[in-house]
Amino acid sequence: MDLHFSAAALIQVSYLLTAFLFIMGLKRMSSPVTARSGILWAGAGMLVATLATFFYPGMTNYPWIIAAVAVGGGFAWVTGRRVAMTDMPQMIALYNGMGGGAAAAIAAVELYRGGEVTRAGATLAVVGGIIGAVSFSGSLIAFGKLQGLIRKSLRFGGQQLLNVLILAGALLLGALIAGGYDDAAGVVTGLFVLSLLLGLSMTLPIGGADMPVVISLYNALTGLAVAFEGFVLGNAAMIIAGTVVGSAGTLLTQLMARAMNRSLGNVLFSGFGDTGGASASSEVKGSLKPIEAADAGVMMAFAQKIIIVPGYGMAVAQAQHKVWELCQLLIDRGVTVRFAIHPVAGRMPGHMNVLLAEAGVPYDLIADLDEINAEFDTADVALIIGANDVVNPVARNDKSSPIYGMPILNADKAKNVIVIKRGQGAGFSGIENALFYLDNTRMLYGDGQAAVSALIAAVKSV
Amino acid sequence: MTGIVALYIFMLAAFTGYEVIARVPVILHTPLMSGSNFVHGIVLVGAMVALGSATTTLEKVIGTIGVLLAAGNAVGGYAVTERMLEMFKSSGSRAGGSRGKH
Repeated sequence: MDLHFSAAALIQVSYLLTAFLFIMGLKRMSSPVTARSGILWAGAGMLVATLATFFYPGMTNYPWIIAAVAVGGGFAWVTGRRVAMTDMPQMIALYNGMGGGAAAAIAAVELYRGGEVTRAGATLAVVGGIIGAVSFSGSLIAFGKLQGLIRKSLRFGGQQLLNVLILAGALLLGALIAGGYDDAAGVVTGLFVLSLLLGLSMTLPIGGADMPVVISLYNALTGLAVAFEGFVLGNAAMIIAGTVVGSAGTLLTQLMARAMNRSLGNVLFSGFGDTGGASASSEVKGSLKPIEAADAGVMMAFAQKIIIVPGYGMAVAQAQHKVWELCQLLIDRGVTVRFAIHPVAGRMPGHMNVLLAEAGVPYDLIADLDEINAEFDTADVALIIGANDVVNPVARNDKSSPIYGMPILNADKAKNVIVIKRGQGAGFSGIENALFYLDNTRMLYGDGQAAVSALIAAVKSV
Repeated sequence: MTGIVALYIFMLAAFTGYEVIARVPVILHTPLMSGSNFVHGIVLVGAMVALGSATTTLEKVIGTIGVLLAAGNAVGGYAVTERMLEMFKSSGSRAGGSRGKH
């Protein structure tokens, strides 16, 4: 008894310490200067809580626990260390889905056991279980879509109605369980089957372009599910960490949706994410004017100021290292070089910054949309590499365009625009880019990496 | 823990999460999402408790799956976040290195 009491006290103190380390860690992660130490703080918190939990009073099944931690942790460590930076969004989705699944599993254990939970506890377990299961199956679909495993977006009439029906069914079964319905095992199984189905049917219709917002939403939902299961288990560390992530994730989701000029409801209940480009494509006037790398290189070498607009295409071509090499050459010639990052460059806000950081680009050369947009007027060259829709001036003035109103980078205001592009295809959304047809725009065709290498050679030979 | 105390914790933690994130620059959104994804990996301790108290085979199987998934969340979240944040450097901190070569 005495021993149990002290073990319980140790665990409570450890969880308190963990909550402190998590919050401080997240706070430190909110500035680039201290971000690295932030994850170390949070990691220390996780270690403290996990070790303390081994001393939980009345714990059994240690071999199972240790085996499961070793297998799950080992898999995640190997994949997490190996994944390419370009694939980061889907890995976050995968790990997030695992967390949601874990929350749902806790709910399942508690609900199948039944009996000892209170009415309020059962209700919270049910709600957390539904949310966790939705986050689990939904995140796996998000992972599959970004990984290219699922290419089609399944859409049919009455889809929203179906989702509402599934949700209603899950809530009904949940109410039965919380209401103390006897012989609940079958009902519990039904609850989780319906919840998993809901995650699938909610996520399948959403297109790849909207996936970041969805992943962020599921991240927040997993946090909530963890907090609810924390209530059920009387675990303060889970309540605090889960709630902090739930509210932070909700805010982050809103910020992302706003950056993409989409409302959250729009993302979830319509299907813009991968429209086939059915609209306005033939209205663009003018012609595409190609340029040779040698000429473009000379233009850049004698420029005063260059703004580079990278897009996901640059990362796909693995050209970021070459781009930074080019920048260093130009900087050494006295050219001012800056990177302009659109909020949705890459596959989620901030993704492009990670890709540039990987290549060694210092973060103070990188500016976001609000900072840089006024500077295009004074730039001699805007170099567009792998970006398309985010520099399309159509978004400013063509009300019929699906991207009308989306905030864009004002690359068209630069004195010269050089666009590195593989071919003449349209962007991710299938919309023709008016920027490419402007008088001050030149197209440098070719693979991103090869084209930048040619530019490097050209600048060197000046 | 009584219900009302739990609600206080819930409310204060919600405000904390909002305030901590509110000042985050866009450049850190992806690592931050990944970092918060890591933080809800704390579900691991709950999954351990659930499995640690499991008695029937069904509970043990589900509990084991739970711990496995939770460990994946925590470890994977840490691995990718740390990798991303490690790379963020300012031009001040690199001046000694790359500039010296020229």
